[in-house]
Amino acid sequence: MSAAVPAMPGSLLRMLGHRAAILLYVSFALFPLFWLIKIAVTPDRLLYSEGVRLWPSATTWANFDFVLLKSDFPAFFSNSMTVSFGTAIAVTLIASGAGYAFSRFHFGGKAAVVAIMLLTQMFPLVMLIAPIYRLMTPLGLTDSLAGLIIVYTAFNVPFATFLMQSFFDGIPKELEESAMIDGCTRFSALWRVIFPLTLPGMAATLGFVFTAAWSELLFALMLINSEEKMTFAVGLLTFVSKFSVDWGQMMAAAVLALIPACLFFAFIQRYLVQGLTAGAIKG
Amino acid sequence: MARSPIGGGATSPDVTVDARSPRGAEHRSPRLGVLLEPYYYLSPALILIALVMFVPLVVGLSYAFQNIAILNPFKTGFIGLANFETLLFKDKVFWRSLVNTVWWTTGSLGFQFFLGLGLALLLNRPFAGRRVVQAIVFLPWAVPTFLSGLTFAWLFNPVIGPFPHWMAALGMLSEPYNILGDPGLAMWGPIIANVWFGIPFFAITLLAALQAIPKELYEAAAIDGATAWQGFIKVTLPFLAPMIAITVLLRTIWISNFADLVVVMTGGGPANSTQILPSYIFTTAYKKLDFGYASAIATALLLLLFLYAAILIQMRKRLPDTT
Repeated sequence: MSAAVPAMPGSLLRMLGHRAAILLYVSFALFPLFWLIKIAVTPDRLLYSEGVRLWPSATTWANFDFVLLKSDFPAFFSNSMTVSFGTAIAVTLIASGAGYAFSRFHFGGKAAVVAIMLLTQMFPLVMLIAPIYRLMTPLGLTDSLAGLIIVYTAFNVPFATFLMQSFFDGIPKELEESAMIDGCTRFSALWRVIFPLTLPGMAATLGFVFTAAWSELLFALMLINSEEKMTFAVGLLTFVSKFSVDWGQMMAAAVLALIPACLFFAFIQRYLVQGLTAGAIKG
Repeated sequence: MARSPIGGGATSPDVTVDARSPRGAEHRSPRLGVLLEPYYYLSPALILIALVMFVPLVVGLSYAFQNIAILNPFKTGFIGLANFETLLFKDKVFWRSLVNTVWWTTGSLGFQFFLGLGLALLLNRPFAGRRVVQAIVFLPWAVPTFLSGLTFAWLFNPVIGPFPHWMAALGMLSEPYNILGDPGLAMWGPIIANVWFGIPFFAITLLAALQAIPKELYEAAAIDGATAWQGFIKVTLPFLAPMIAITVLLRTIWISNFADLVVVMTGGGPANSTQILPSYIFTTAYKKLDFGYASAIATALLLLLFLYAAILIQMRKRLPDTT
């Protein structure tokens, strides 16, 4: 079942097989999300008695009402927005520079720098939390959204750099060379010629990092103490421990929290594929 | 990802630039400017990584040689290799976790890879509604991992989830019970959640690589009378090989460091049957508050991953370059 041969006549069976396989993947991807929504709209009294049913006999918006109007989740939500956008923008800028350097220059120490970036991917993050906490406390960066943005940015830069390198590799270097021969400095060639072409790649990196920052739990849990600075991930988890767990409310909060990351990712995944394709052709 | 060196082409215009633009270039020799130029672009990344990742790593490594237990503050101090001695010779949970980590990583990775490759091949053909389908099947990657963990924990619960009932109906279980509580089967829970979460990453990277394959190659293969399978083996796979190598390497490292799903779904239990090294580090550090010992486990994990990466990169170098 490969894309190899252009569709032959009479391959109806193959087409059906293809569609059936697609349908399986789509159901597998959606079913857990469907279950999340199902629990969020199930009234408390039916949660356990009708737990196994695909759809409860009665539904309710009460959980969503509670989360939106009576809980701290709107605040957690806006904290998560700040942190995720802050991280995504910082990472995209920094990784664009680094990815450009990897893509366009052949320089002393390049292999070492690439190795360092790869090495960072191996660090057991759990081990770094305590030292980072200790180092950041005197700087006033614990219990602060800015501190969280700094940590997330550092952890996301290496992979984003490889991504951006692939996007730059897809852009012919002759473009900026000819601009430079026409009298542009490298920087203005970069700004006027390359930057517009990299926008889809940057959007893809932005979205990729946004979802990563949006999802992160452990650092947010350890570095943030005060309730008004919690991200939604931490908020959800404290929900579990603090009150007698109200699963319906928790899942309603989860459904709401899923929306931005999912929308964003659904929008940019195309550019991710396109950008990586361009890099692969060139490489 | 093997890239052709672009040194010669990239350096010559720099010299031209330096000669033409008068500002700033006089004080240094142009050669130095050329040598340093890539580092201007790299420095923000490198400084950040050094400060936020390498400095804490060194501090964390130093913990491994100390006794830092919050619950026992009077016995703090350097204790040499004692943590590692305990780890290697006395700690059965460590060895158990190591074996579990290998199973967790290869199990998750294998399914993610083959299902991801299958999805990429399916999406590589044009069909009506492909854009929407692609957006949907890639969604799990955007779902926060601890949330996927929670959701799957629900799905595996016989009171409020359908999976045990389906599995019993299919004859996979004798009766609908929670496999997360069964030491023999519990690891499948986090693995299935991880497969769900991780398929999109492989599908995205492999789909990109598939789309980069020139169509003429398939046409030529078809003219030569190759079957679809032969086309796949002779054309598709060799072209995918570099992308497969880099994504498998990265994902192996990420998965073997990935604690969230296990921590949320089973907490390493029952009876350490799902304890993997990252979750063991997490429990040791933040439940037992023994940072010294946690760092020793983490150091061992880091060394193992380093060894793995070094071996894989050496193997890749020895293979004939297919692109």
